[in-house]
Amino acid sequence: MKPFDFVRPATLDEALAAWRPGTAWLGGGTNLVDLMKTGAMAPDRVVDVTHLPGLDRVEVAADGGLRIGALVRNSDLARDADLLARAPMVAEALLSGASGQLRNAATVGGNLMQRTRCPYFMDPESACNRRDPGTGCDARDGAWDNAAILGHSPACIATNPSDFCVPLAALDAAVEVRGPDGAREIPLSGFHHLPGDTPAAQTELRPDELIVALRLPAGAADFAAHARYLKVRERTSYAFALASAAAALRMEGGRIAEARLALGSVAAKPWRVAEAESLMLGQAPDEALFARAAEAALSGAAPAGGNGWKIDLARRTAARALGLAAAGTPARMPALPASPFGPAEVPAHA
Amino acid sequence: MPDTHTRFGSSSGQPATRRDGLAKVTGAATFAADNRPEGMLHAVYVPAAIARGRVAHLDVERARAHPGVVRVMTPADHPALAGDPDDKPTRFSFRIEVLQDDTVRYAGQPIALVLAETIEAATEGARLLSPRYEAEAPRTGLDDNAPFDVEEPGFGAPGETVHGDPEAGHAAAIHAVEVTYETPPQYHNAMETHAVVAEWDGDRLTLDTPSQALAMSCAAYAHLFGIPAENVVLRSPYLGGGFGSKAIPSGPMVLAILAAQEAGRPVKLMLTRRQMFGPVGHRGATRQTLRLGCDADGRLTVIDHETLAATSSFEMFLESASNASQGLYAAGALRSAHQGVRLDVGTPGPMRAPGEASGSAALECAMDELAHAAGIDPLDFRLRNYAETEPGTGRPYSSKALRDCYDRGAEAFGWSGRPMAPATMRDPDGTRIGWGMGTAFFPSPMFAAEARATLRADGSAMVETAGADMGQGAWTALAQIAADGLGLPLDRVEFRSGVSTLPDGGVAGGSGHTATAGGALHAAGGDAIRRLGELAAEQPDSPLFGAGNAGFEAREGRVHVAGDAGRGDAFADILARAGMSELVGSGRASRPDADTRDYAMNSHGAVFAEVAVDPDLCQIRVRRLVGAFAAGRIINPRLAESQLMGGMIWGLSFALHEEARHDPRTGRIVNSDLAEYRVPVNADVQGLQVLTVHEDDTHVNALGIKGVGEIGITGSVGAIANAVWHATGRRVRRFPIRIEDLLAPA
Repeated sequence: MKPFDFVRPATLDEALAAWRPGTAWLGGGTNLVDLMKTGAMAPDRVVDVTHLPGLDRVEVAADGGLRIGALVRNSDLARDADLLARAPMVAEALLSGASGQLRNAATVGGNLMQRTRCPYFMDPESACNRRDPGTGCDARDGAWDNAAILGHSPACIATNPSDFCVPLAALDAAVEVRGPDGAREIPLSGFHHLPGDTPAAQTELRPDELIVALRLPAGAADFAAHARYLKVRERTSYAFALASAAAALRMEGGRIAEARLALGSVAAKPWRVAEAESLMLGQAPDEALFARAAEAALSGAAPAGGNGWKIDLARRTAARALGLAAAGTPARMPALPASPFGPAEVPAHA
Repeated sequence: MPDTHTRFGSSSGQPATRRDGLAKVTGAATFAADNRPEGMLHAVYVPAAIARGRVAHLDVERARAHPGVVRVMTPADHPALAGDPDDKPTRFSFRIEVLQDDTVRYAGQPIALVLAETIEAATEGARLLSPRYEAEAPRTGLDDNAPFDVEEPGFGAPGETVHGDPEAGHAAAIHAVEVTYETPPQYHNAMETHAVVAEWDGDRLTLDTPSQALAMSCAAYAHLFGIPAENVVLRSPYLGGGFGSKAIPSGPMVLAILAAQEAGRPVKLMLTRRQMFGPVGHRGATRQTLRLGCDADGRLTVIDHETLAATSSFEMFLESASNASQGLYAAGALRSAHQGVRLDVGTPGPMRAPGEASGSAALECAMDELAHAAGIDPLDFRLRNYAETEPGTGRPYSSKALRDCYDRGAEAFGWSGRPMAPATMRDPDGTRIGWGMGTAFFPSPMFAAEARATLRADGSAMVETAGADMGQGAWTALAQIAADGLGLPLDRVEFRSGVSTLPDGGVAGGSGHTATAGGALHAAGGDAIRRLGELAAEQPDSPLFGAGNAGFEAREGRVHVAGDAGRGDAFADILARAGMSELVGSGRASRPDADTRDYAMNSHGAVFAEVAVDPDLCQIRVRRLVGAFAAGRIINPRLAESQLMGGMIWGLSFALHEEARHDPRTGRIVNSDLAEYRVPVNADVQGLQVLTVHEDDTHVNALGIKGVGEIGITGSVGAIANAVWHATGRRVRRFPIRIEDLLAPA
């Protein structure tokens, strides 16, 4: 691979000072290193941020929200009691992703920055506007059928493959970043960009900025009793979703007081549609309602090539996730988190 | 001739744990790429990014200028091989791609090689070559080129076989199906990718490389480099999986050896995962059309099985899938025929049950379809067509306990509770459930092997044969056989294998290694015991004195007169009296031609599957697989069951997961990694049960071993596909079966 500088700063300020054009931040390395091996990413400098102090904790904020350090490993976060109490579907999403070994390495910050699994992006021999602006998009008319069905553009049909980000989007999480100009917060819903004409601008994060934490608002806990993540895939583990959905309901007197629905692997960002959520307000949960919500969530969906079946699948996935959420969050994490199969559990919070 | 007097000791039949298990789980086992001889260089080759055309430009200067790069080999600049790479020096030879010219014949073909002081420098040097191509439209799909008739699909298999009158069979049919099934290209993905560490000393070559066929590989390398075969020492103590891909030398291995020769330094080359998709063989795609007919009683009047299968543009090997329909069911007429299509892909090659896996998948589904058309339970349908002798030829089976396999498998599975109609079984939560079955069937070939057994002064022994342990447990099962041949406990036998300087252990392929190498080891032990007995018979102080004509047996380190355990003598005592530090016996094994001619020899089995299908999301999971197999004598039940399980899991993989996808414009495989080229994970394998049915077979070989390496994949694919149909009522005739197939409107 291309030779590069390797820097391991001891403090956040040192890390920010170490940045220059061509730098890649290294967290768990589960995505970056793979892409460096294929040559899809070829940084001149790799700054290993895993030794920065203070970023590996989950803290309860004064308002009851959570502040999750960017270096918390996926496995640790998935078993964090404070997270499980407030947002069990985030843990469910984490545990449905990758493999045990990868989750041990992968960090919160790295997961937010996870690149698309579009094989044409990962293969430097292919034309890819996302990787090399202006080269074209070989994924169009290509042999990849897990492409986007929402929010894609002539320039790019990539999806964001993250499981983690889907419930985070549903719960209005925010990303705390630090850069040379100081700190700022980016709402997760605006963190990932749709491709438009400039798919290379993948996130709102500027290259010289570093994610330091993820904030989960206190209100997320209101959904804890009725929140599920559902992931559909051909293989039970170690597979990216064909479609996934995070569904969360706040129930009052048998009616839906508040609803959240986000879809994964269907667009370059976790997909939320306000109308899909609002049409459930004040309603009693039932299949027809959830079917309407799912329909609304997929409104505007269009195949990118031969993947029209994903529209149907995503719709069904959304409706099922809402049904699971309505049934109540299981007392214990299912043996196969986020799987439609598995032993039925007695709802704890109902 | 069959040796009905073969006596088995206490090791065979025991579930001994792997003798190399501790070394492997502790990392002490050294695989080929773990070797780092002094002064070693690293080689990295550039895989072609197009499937058809020519290499127009390589930036050699830039690669050469990269620090650490010592040599760049290109089609225009590389040392010559002594032997023609298009020659076929051994029975299992293919043309290999070693920079003969600048033509690109498939994506992933080596088009240049960079030699450097470090792996990083070699990798970057390879990247800097930045190839430019003159590309032509690639042909990667079965319809992309004209089909041609096949005389020999590869390695001697017939292209067309007809028994009886197929047209009459069709005419006589009361129920008939004509169905077309497609199987995709599948690529080898053993845990250990192909690797070599090559070191020359004058005209002597030492290779550390995983090999399923040590002697044959040495012969091939010797031919290519113009040296005597005995000048090649090939060390292959451990393999991280072979599955057919490591029997035949491939282009990248040869290039690395060539580079080492020119550089005068050892060279290591190891394929990346992505590089596995090209030059080291794969299971080529097929399209199979089956026309089956049966009479009113469900007796097959005809099986007519045609296969269109892919091969490369420059070599001949394809899935002889239609041949899976020969030899199994008692049809009135049988026809198996093949057509090939030349595509811009690497040459297909043997991949666990080559031909049988693809053919069984389609055949067992077609059988299920005809059973349904005739209104007969699929198991009953197979029993009505049970062949007592080989269909077509009338030859007797050397043994065939398939009926027991059906019975025991069905009972363990609970098959009798299966409703005939599809889409009728559901879990309380609505999950659709389906049950399907298939017959497993695989030939029991035998190769030739030699072995040596050395009795030592302390009464222990060393046995030697250049066999191959790909992970299947040959080191253990072969040692058990050898121990029995010598009448010694397993822990008194030192087993040496995996290096070409030992007697030729034959090919570890075709499910024949245990029978072949085991036969040679057993014979070597018998030879040593005979010599030892004869020695004792001439020792006045031995209890065996004068017993020379009686024949000898051995047990627990003692030789005794055949049939008289009371008259014996200890190995160590006999050798001590003779003043010998050791005594050597030798043995060989192969199958007599007469047995090959007179008997049909196959392993058989029955596989039953339960699948669950989500009614809305159409996600498919295999809940239970039960396989019952009759494969002659089982030497080590633990290892044999593991082999059979592995085969059944591969069947699951075939049915629901594996498929390489070519980009239609470049021909490159887009899912060339283990994230996107799917094989099952542990969580996909829920209930898995293997039963073995004992068979005594005095014809197949002296030890009565039929082999278990490949049969598990046959039957399993069809069983799962049939279960998906039974769950959903949807018949998907293209593998793998995917969610989108079941989502599509009926």
